Amino acid sequence: MKVSYKWLQDYVDVSISPQELADRLTMAGVAVENVHYLGEGISSVVTGQILQINQHPNADKLVICQVTTDGEDRIQIVTGATNVREGHKVPVAKVGAKLPNGLVIKKAKLRGEVSNGMLCSGQELGIDTSLLPPDQQNGILILPEDTPLNMNIVEFLGLDDYILELDLTPNRGDCMSMIGVAREVAAILGADLKLPEAPLEEGDEEIENLAKVDIEDSDLCRRYAARVLKGVKIGPSPAWMQQRLRAAGIRPINNIVDVTNYVMLELGQPLHAFDYDKLADHHIIVRRAENDKTITTLDGEERKLNENMLVICDARGPVAVAGVMGGLDSEVTDETVNILIESAYFNPVSVRRTSRLLGLRSESSARFEKGIDIGGCVRAADRAAYLMQQLAGGTAAKGVIDNYPNPAVEKTIKLRPERVEHLLGISIEKEKISNILTSLQFKVQKEGDNLLVTVPTFRPDVSIEVDLIEEIARMYGYNQVPDTLIYGPTTQGKRNESQQLIYDIKNVLVGCGLTEVITFGFVSPKVFDLMNLPVDSRFRSAVKLQNPLSEEQSVMRTVLVPNLLEVLQRNNNRQIQSGAVFEIGRVFYPQEGEDLPEERLVLAMVFHGYTEKSWRDPSEEMDFFFAKGVVEKLLTTIGLKDARFIPHKDPSFHPGRTAAIEVKDKIIGVLGELHPDVVENYELTHRAVACKIDLEDLMAAERPKPQYERLPKFPAVDRDLALVVKEEIKTQDMIDVIINAGGKILKKVKVFDVYQGEQVPEGHKSQAFSLLFQAPDRTLKDEEVAKQTDKIARALKKEFDAELRK
Amino acid sequence: MEEKLRNLAAEAEHAVKEASTLNELSNLRVKYLGKKGELTSILRGMGSLTPEERPKVGALANEIRSELEVLIAHRMHELKEAEKEQRLAREIIDVTLPGKPFLIGNKHPLTKVQEEIENIFLGMGFSIAEGPEVELDYYNFEALNLPKDHPARDMQDTFFISPEVLLRTHTSPVQVRTMEKTAPNLPVKIICPGRVYRRDDDATHSPMFTQVEGLAVDKHITFSDLKGVLALFARQMFGPGTKTRFRPSYFPFTEPSAEVDISCSSCGGRGCRVCSYTGWLEILGCGMVHPRVLEMSGYNPEEVTGFAFGMGIERIAMLKYGIDDLRLFYDNDLRFLAQF
Repeated sequence: MKVSYKWLQDYVDVSISPQELADRLTMAGVAVENVHYLGEGISSVVTGQILQINQHPNADKLVICQVTTDGEDRIQIVTGATNVREGHKVPVAKVGAKLPNGLVIKKAKLRGEVSNGMLCSGQELGIDTSLLPPDQQNGILILPEDTPLNMNIVEFLGLDDYILELDLTPNRGDCMSMIGVAREVAAILGADLKLPEAPLEEGDEEIENLAKVDIEDSDLCRRYAARVLKGVKIGPSPAWMQQRLRAAGIRPINNIVDVTNYVMLELGQPLHAFDYDKLADHHIIVRRAENDKTITTLDGEERKLNENMLVICDARGPVAVAGVMGGLDSEVTDETVNILIESAYFNPVSVRRTSRLLGLRSESSARFEKGIDIGGCVRAADRAAYLMQQLAGGTAAKGVIDNYPNPAVEKTIKLRPERVEHLLGISIEKEKISNILTSLQFKVQKEGDNLLVTVPTFRPDVSIEVDLIEEIARMYGYNQVPDTLIYGPTTQGKRNESQQLIYDIKNVLVGCGLTEVITFGFVSPKVFDLMNLPVDSRFRSAVKLQNPLSEEQSVMRTVLVPNLLEVLQRNNNRQIQSGAVFEIGRVFYPQEGEDLPEERLVLAMVFHGYTEKSWRDPSEEMDFFFAKGVVEKLLTTIGLKDARFIPHKDPSFHPGRTAAIEVKDKIIGVLGELHPDVVENYELTHRAVACKIDLEDLMAAERPKPQYERLPKFPAVDRDLALVVKEEIKTQDMIDVIINAGGKILKKVKVFDVYQGEQVPEGHKSQAFSLLFQAPDRTLKDEEVAKQTDKIARALKKEFDAELRK
Repeated sequence: MEEKLRNLAAEAEHAVKEASTLNELSNLRVKYLGKKGELTSILRGMGSLTPEERPKVGALANEIRSELEVLIAHRMHELKEAEKEQRLAREIIDVTLPGKPFLIGNKHPLTKVQEEIENIFLGMGFSIAEGPEVELDYYNFEALNLPKDHPARDMQDTFFISPEVLLRTHTSPVQVRTMEKTAPNLPVKIICPGRVYRRDDDATHSPMFTQVEGLAVDKHITFSDLKGVLALFARQMFGPGTKTRFRPSYFPFTEPSAEVDISCSSCGGRGCRVCSYTGWLEILGCGMVHPRVLEMSGYNPEEVTGFAFGMGIERIAMLKYGIDDLRLFYDNDLRFLAQF
């Protein structure tokens, strides 16, 4: 809603500046998005007349105009405009004039001819040309013949006005009118509200003899008022009205249509003017449309109707889509003589649905769908008839049709002042409460300790006590309410176990050099192919969006790794070749027979490329074991000491370089090098290692809290054991055997070397372990350690045919 | 003999002074003072002395011995110091070379800001609640006083899975779910961070973004409390001098409703480009929980009141770090992420 500061003065004396008014309105809940001056940047542009036009001697496309601005001066101006004629009144920007686009007019020579100014187009004066009549949208703005000379163009065109652009919340449909805004302003300033008058003079002909209105679907149309005006003369509306319409962003059409729009802007009641003579039988029928019927609306589009839409019909069929747009056939044209004015109340939800279905939003539908003042239909019809009569002549039929089957009863709400205090936390005197509500045109009566408040029909948004409390609060001033803190029993603010775990995991991973990323929950269904998932993979069954923005974001992710690969791919394309990233996010698995999918929190990591090289350290490849180190660090840090890595197959991963992460025989995740196909699909420059862990499984796993262990008092003994075994023997299996054979005094086993090549037989590897022995109660003797080491060696020999390397 | 000793002493003294390495010095000690050293060998001739001479010569020998010891120790110290000086001089490094690049990553800036917000409210006794991202229309809209065809639904363009299932457009459904679970117990004091989705994608909108919702329900929660809690939050988040301003607004699930501005962190409220010369920056929406929402969630609005607020974490992060493009958060350029 665009509010003209000048126009507003018709209804309330605004004693404060436009900017201050905007601030006060905003702080009272009618948000003003911006304030601008229509004549911004224009100076020294006046009305003038073209006395003479001559062809430019040196340029075909230019003419030389002799212009006067005060009847005496003669200013030579060269222009390229083709729509100017001798005698035309035009805006003249004299030398020194300024225009909104920053142009300063200077004396110039155009192809040898002096030009002492410029004739202006609407656009050059900052006017939205789409709001001008079609013949004035291009070329110099031709002013009416009776335009006086030497008037400041800003004043003449009504540009000496400020526009307040409101950003209305959906509940405040009442402020989609000048009178609604004026009401707020009056309440804020404590000023009087002046309502527009409609001293309509009626003729003798009874309206009942001229037209008939039947409402068939009164659930969708609660009130339909009509007036008939005969013998009007169609023509342009006066400049003041056109200027006000333009200021509000509406294009003037003719005096009748302009009045309907003007009254809509003024009172908030959308109106429609029918050409009375084009309404078959002069009979208005308000009913639901029939399926598959069509109507051509005013904008020339043919619209398909259905039975959920309310239409206005005459005896033949639809003549308007109720509350949305009129039909072309019954439109007011230059030939129209008799008018039927519609002023109705249509069901907000119905108008909203219809306008959505038709993809057609209008000033009218915008108001109906927020709920207009059902009490104001007749007044608006009267006001429109009055203005039409003033501007287009004609005689109003006697009386008004007011088909209003169930007149609305004004709501009365009980307001308890203690409730105001209970909710706002401040005590406001009853007197003050009453004054605030009265200033907003609520009627207030006392009833014991309470107030009985009657809500005017133009405030359909107010229906319960708390609505009134909000009215009080906003007028009292939110910022007058003091700041306090909640009191009451102490509550503990603490992350729960899983929240804390996630917090910890992020810290560990960041500490291990990974960067956290956050990606969208929806993905392209193509990722399943990119990830090599077989056709029957359960991860291909995903939750689909009905209305995605694009195919790329059309299903909810079931796997998280691809999002990270996309991130790395994007970074690769920007010459960032290496990266180690992780994300903790949800994946979504559809559930048979359930409305909602299962949402599981998962952790994904991807390592790609090399660590940063420095002058001191070479760069290191972030290979499987690099990633495994991170995963091991993560698991042990959060207290999972007994996770095991078991060779594993997964279609997205390299068949020989992938492990399942097992905790107590349950797989909680997978770690592995990505399958070369996947790496290729994501156009990565290097091998990549990924890890996915189901955090809910991880949380379910037992994570013993750290327990203090007495520090050893007796020295430890180190022994190395180098073995040659077949290459397919898994380290974990050897470690299991070592631990088993090592007994109580074996404290630690570490792999310190793995070697294949010279001196190691083909198909074998040499693997060296360092063993740490220690006893809590004594210093171990060499013989004891040797005995145990020997036992271990024998066990390895037995299990794996492992030979000790000398 | 005495003369021999004196000569020896002079010779040794000279040699010790001349010694230039620790090794040389220790050889000199052996040479002069060792068991087979020269001093000892001279003293072996003591037998030829008279009983009167013996103590004199003995005393002289001891004197020479201890003098030499002192000299050697002194020289030893000198040499050690000199050697240390030399080593230190040799060991100069270029301290301006960069250090070992430790591998430490970064939390996403949205996570950092989210954790910061969480910590502020945890400190005020709120706990953290979570809920599904794929949500029922009922929880996302209806239970929040947004029936179907409510015009305010237009404020949140929605991704639908089916007519009754959608991607939550705000974290508010978590409020309802939490109240349903808790009612009739009191109090409820939660914040609900999480991802939300709206069907909007342009320079200032991302189809997925992050919100934090807050809710407090108890017997005597007031609008004044809401103001106090959020003012405190703003000061903790944006600095102790931060002012807050409450503007009336409209949300179907709260009444009265407000939008909250903070004094511009960039110019301190004087007006600048960041705040469009208003001195204020909008950071969140809030209000008193609508009685119908309380009722639908199982509380009697006559007995309990509550406040709720919601903010976009991106917005807070943008203000905090001076980020001017929302889309950077989900672009995940590693050079961007490394800045926080």
